Amino acid sequence: MKVRAQIGKVLNLDKCIGCHTCSVTCKNVWTSREGLEYAWFNNVETKPGIGFPKDWENQDRWNGGWERLRNGSIQPRMGGKWRLLAKIFANPDLPEIDDYYEPFTFDYGHLQQAGESKAFPTARPRSLITGERMEKIESGPNWEEILGGEFSKRSADYNFEGVEKEIYGQFENTFMMYLPRLCEHCLNPTCVAACPAGSIYKREEDGIVLIDQEKCRGWRMCVSGCPYKKIYYNWKTGKSEKCIFCYPRIEAGQPTVCSETCVGRIRYLGVMLYDADRIEEAASAENVTDLYQAQLNIFLDPNDPAVIAQARRDGVPEAWLEAARHSPVWKMAMEWKVAFPLHPEYRTLPMVWYVPPLSPISAAASAGRIAANNGMPDVRALRIPIKYLANLLTAGDEEPIAACLERMLAMRAYMRAKTIGGVIDEEIAAQVGLSGRQVEDMYQVMAIANYEDRFVIPAGHREDAEDIYDEKGSCGFSFGNGCSGGSSDTNLFGAPARKRLQTPTEVF
Amino acid sequence: MVDYIHHLLFGVYPYVALAVLAVGSVIRYDREPYSWRAGSSQLLRRRQLMIGSVLFHVGVLLIFAGHLVGLLTPIAVFDALGVSHGAKQLLAMSAGGVAGVMAIIGASLLIHRRFFDPRVRAASCFSDNMIILLLWIQLALGLATIPLSAQHLDGHEMVKFMTWAQGIFTFRSGAADAIREVALVFKLHLALGLTILLLFPFTRLVHMLSAPVRYIWRPGYQIVRSRKMAA
Repeated sequence: MKVRAQIGKVLNLDKCIGCHTCSVTCKNVWTSREGLEYAWFNNVETKPGIGFPKDWENQDRWNGGWERLRNGSIQPRMGGKWRLLAKIFANPDLPEIDDYYEPFTFDYGHLQQAGESKAFPTARPRSLITGERMEKIESGPNWEEILGGEFSKRSADYNFEGVEKEIYGQFENTFMMYLPRLCEHCLNPTCVAACPAGSIYKREEDGIVLIDQEKCRGWRMCVSGCPYKKIYYNWKTGKSEKCIFCYPRIEAGQPTVCSETCVGRIRYLGVMLYDADRIEEAASAENVTDLYQAQLNIFLDPNDPAVIAQARRDGVPEAWLEAARHSPVWKMAMEWKVAFPLHPEYRTLPMVWYVPPLSPISAAASAGRIAANNGMPDVRALRIPIKYLANLLTAGDEEPIAACLERMLAMRAYMRAKTIGGVIDEEIAAQVGLSGRQVEDMYQVMAIANYEDRFVIPAGHREDAEDIYDEKGSCGFSFGNGCSGGSSDTNLFGAPARKRLQTPTEVF
Repeated sequence: MVDYIHHLLFGVYPYVALAVLAVGSVIRYDREPYSWRAGSSQLLRRRQLMIGSVLFHVGVLLIFAGHLVGLLTPIAVFDALGVSHGAKQLLAMSAGGVAGVMAIIGASLLIHRRFFDPRVRAASCFSDNMIILLLWIQLALGLATIPLSAQHLDGHEMVKFMTWAQGIFTFRSGAADAIREVALVFKLHLALGLTILLLFPFTRLVHMLSAPVRYIWRPGYQIVRSRKMAA
């Protein structure tokens, strides 16, 4: 057993209102730069839909993630090392920017400068790559917002596999949910495995996966390797970039920007301990439906004395062990079993998990044709098909999803009985295998969702990593060449000169 | 005067070019690691690149290997192996010709893409545009030498170039004299080749120094970095 700690994340889709605040705050902080206009470290998709980039879940097309070979080992779906290197001159598995969207801006200035005319002046779009006029915007980062577009196109959604999807195209039967997505900071990341330069790495101390920008050579294999398509190639700098899990904030014990700003309070951050020696074993599980359980199996109980002792030997700081005992991620993933990994069948062992959403009871159930038990509707009568959620979160295994939805319904019934009926009904809790105390804890964390319950983040221990005194007076985030600021305007080595910051007084 | 320029171009310039290549690359690697990249534009436009880039790279790599082995292997080695000069020249002409044609077709596609695709053009800088043009010209010059070589198949001319290249690398004075009498197109090919070496550290060509061959024997797939200080 080798104990490592990771800051894991859970998104409670039951409460996501699709406001995109996470995406916008993330964008403003990290990717509002030339070359990454099209990139969204965090984006929110409306499901069912083909998502962003288009059709990202179709691994027959992009070859992301891992595949299990006949001998039981796993290798990137793009191919083994030789096969992967053979793709280096032209990578057939790489999306084109149109699979995301051509980034654009609008001629806002025209609104102010247009002369007098009969019609209102308009701000027409302009490409942010070429600077030229775009006659038509073909796509955007959120093109299917609230079921936008025809069902025939949206229903190419990979999660409809095994679902009789035609009836969901009808207005009366339609359903939708939001799916915010970011880098999964996987335990078994394919991007790391696919990087020929060895520039992508997982941090031992908190599990954050980063790209070493000085070591990245722009071979762009990571973009294909990542099945979630959460690595973006910066076409300006020729380097790949990805969600950094706001590591400067995490190190300071603060939540990521997307989590901090989430108005629905759906995001949870907490420490998970796992057995690093068993990652490969878990990722190689024979059946894809076993992968969810296999990942649960390598999470380690932070209250187990043997785990604590080994964690101390492996150098996990005491504050991290303490945080792990209060981790909301542990509670939702392990204790209540209401959170699930996104597409475990990719075998990446993702560490951003999702609580599936409840949905209205379908018309048939409310008309009394579907049995309700003890006042609780059958979860299979919910409008979002269980199979759909299972395809998204458990590689198609419906049982864990059904059990989770039942627990969430039971929590509502229990609290309704308590606050309206004034009775503590242990029976309701017992029906779903929980105690009343656990249900109330669930209610506190998932429904009330106080800041301190959502974010249990121990500060990083940089004093273990380097002599802080040497860092005195050094620079923060910068692009290359340290923080000299001494780089000349015309770059000697042919890289385009970067725009320098202008102060407002220089502009006016 | 002609002699003086010849000496300057093929006696002195090689050292200047090679020195800039070596020192420039080291300085760039050390000082500007962020600028060290392949500079792929595949994301912006897939069309033409899929064929163009593969043809170009495979062709150029074959040519590169051919030049390296062909020019710098001591002629005594070939003699010992029983490879006649004529046979070696024939091999160089045929293999190099095929690779050259591959590379120039690829380069033509890449040039068309770089200069006429609005996205790729917008994302290109001066050095990107310049180097692909220079490489195309160099490939054309290289191919243009083949008909000339075909007129003397005894390998005698080829040995002159080997003598010159090995003379340069072994610091022989008068190395440039070996190629004094060769045809102009050869001299142009050599001079431009040296120029490309000179420009190498200032362009995207540096990515070839980072060819990720180590990936093949990198143990396992995963990389975990620890920040703990060595105790």
